Amino acid sequence: MSRRKTERLLGLVVCLLSTRRALTAAQIRDAVPGYPDSFDAFKRMFERDKEELRELGIPLETELASPGDEDAGYRIQREAYELPEITLEPDEAAVLGLAARVWHRAELAGAAAGALLKLRAAGIDAEDAEDATQAGIEPRVRTGEASFGPLWEAVMERRPVTFEYRAAGRAGPQQRRLEPWGVVNRHGRWYVAGHDRDRDGVRVFRLSRIEGPVSFSGPPGSVAVPPGTDVRELVRDWDSRPPSHRTAVLRVRAGAGHGLRRGAVSVRPDGDGWDNVQVTFHELGWFADYLASFGVDVIALDPPDLREAVIRRLKGVPQ
Amino acid sequence: MTGSGAQTGTQRLQRLLALVPYVVSREAVGLAETAAAFGVTERELVDDLNMLWCVELRAPDPYCPIDLSYEGGEIVVSQAESIGRPLRLGVDEASALLVALRMLAEVVPSGSAALTRTIAKLEAAAGEAAAVSAQVQVQVDKGHASDVLRSAQDAVKRGRRIHLRYYVPGRDEATERDVDPMRVLVVEGRTYLEGWCRRADGVRLFRLDRVLGMEVLDVPREVPPGAEPVDVDAGLFRPSPADVSVVLELRPGGHWVAEYYPCESVQRNGDELLVSLRTPDTRWVRRLALRLGEDGRVVAPAGLAAQISRDAAAALAQYAS
Repeated sequence: MSRRKTERLLGLVVCLLSTRRALTAAQIRDAVPGYPDSFDAFKRMFERDKEELRELGIPLETELASPGDEDAGYRIQREAYELPEITLEPDEAAVLGLAARVWHRAELAGAAAGALLKLRAAGIDAEDAEDATQAGIEPRVRTGEASFGPLWEAVMERRPVTFEYRAAGRAGPQQRRLEPWGVVNRHGRWYVAGHDRDRDGVRVFRLSRIEGPVSFSGPPGSVAVPPGTDVRELVRDWDSRPPSHRTAVLRVRAGAGHGLRRGAVSVRPDGDGWDNVQVTFHELGWFADYLASFGVDVIALDPPDLREAVIRRLKGVPQ
Repeated sequence: MTGSGAQTGTQRLQRLLALVPYVVSREAVGLAETAAAFGVTERELVDDLNMLWCVELRAPDPYCPIDLSYEGGEIVVSQAESIGRPLRLGVDEASALLVALRMLAEVVPSGSAALTRTIAKLEAAAGEAAAVSAQVQVQVDKGHASDVLRSAQDAVKRGRRIHLRYYVPGRDEATERDVDPMRVLVVEGRTYLEGWCRRADGVRLFRLDRVLGMEVLDVPREVPPGAEPVDVDAGLFRPSPADVSVVLELRPGGHWVAEYYPCESVQRNGDELLVSLRTPDTRWVRRLALRLGEDGRVVAPAGLAAQISRDAAAALAQYAS
């Protein structure tokens, strides 16, 4: 943006905010310096300027200048433009500074900085990002996935999206059409949940498995999130395992198997430098693989199907 | 975002609109302080102030709506007209802060009252723009006892040494060590203590959910001056050139490995993935290979592959008896 354009847009904002009545395009051209004399050239430039101001979140309204007048009028309502009064106590300002740090160098760093700028302008002395270490805690969320930006935008603007998705265990990616309801970070990974138009049901996708670009496939406001939707719960249901319901009996070498011992139901000495350890598990395959990883330090005794699964896993190791 | 060199005009316009209310809300404020707050040089700031002062409306009657001065290094706005208040928060701006604040409210046991108050005030000020923010959430695992986090924060703040009993799953070991704490980090959905480990003589990260016991000692911490904090934005686990390079071939049942561990490269070959990663300690790879069974094969180094075959044979032998 050139300096002249910045000056013109600044003048336009001030002009439309100060006017009590809506102004016609011609009145605006007369009042704001920097517009060309030719009316057609002015109209084109004015259209682009309006668009830019709206993209900045400035509520530029179009209305009829006066009854019977066909010419549209423009103005910015103060109440719609101005940030309402907000004051923060010092401890509140401190956590605000900490919150802005969360997105440091991530996709939303710019949005957080923009918010902080406006709040500072409202008189709040939020701590600067660089000296907030005295809180003793350094929170960060990373948004490394390329699909995060467009999906965040889609959720903010309620727009449907299309993307290529490589599901677990599948060789090739498939196109998916989604009405995104929300984006959730769980265990440090990003997920998007919403209504899958092709499957006609609720689906959850992992952002790291989205390949290529995410494109918008509908206008802003065209996605309706069902009332009471808890996106976090959707992702949790998709991601989590059912509660433990079976009990395994294991022989665990003394001094080994700490991960198993931590969640054990019981641990009893079993002679010869071994312990008898009982733990609950839910999914046989996953648990058998986990037990195999302990090698000679763990022997699965019971139930028999678990024991067999561990033996099968160990036999599968390439020789 | 605050670097002035690559400022776009849009960012400059946002800054200009924030500048007048910034000064108005403080009545008068120094040039240097304001420049620092906006992340610009004093020269750039003066240029901004001049541009604001020069705003002119020509019709119906010509007038200059903004009057200000910065004589003696102090900015005073005597007439702000219509731009005396900042612009409302945009949806993405309000959401960026609210999502982060709600995440912090989950993590920080102390100070959560301030968080709750701040969230309420921000929601009120943002109005409609806050509505969508609930659709984005960052969840932090709470696998650790809350007193562990409190002790860690306390030790960081008071600069005390910590004695740690810590579980290392890759080696299935419970370890004992003294750590001089540097920071508590919340990264990738987990909470860590960063500190100078006196056992390893280096900066280490400890996941709080793997802490078996933590004792804050009555000893001041001694972090060596050269101790570099981990650059969390570059990723928590970065390989060193001295590490061993391991190549794994994964069948579909083992593809999760490529997502779970930081890999240097991932190549697709039909249904199989060929991944390579670097590690200073291959003991966890031996355990991983047993876990993968037929779904994974260590291609290199050859010595490691042979060791894994022996590990599997030894484990199986125990079932034969």
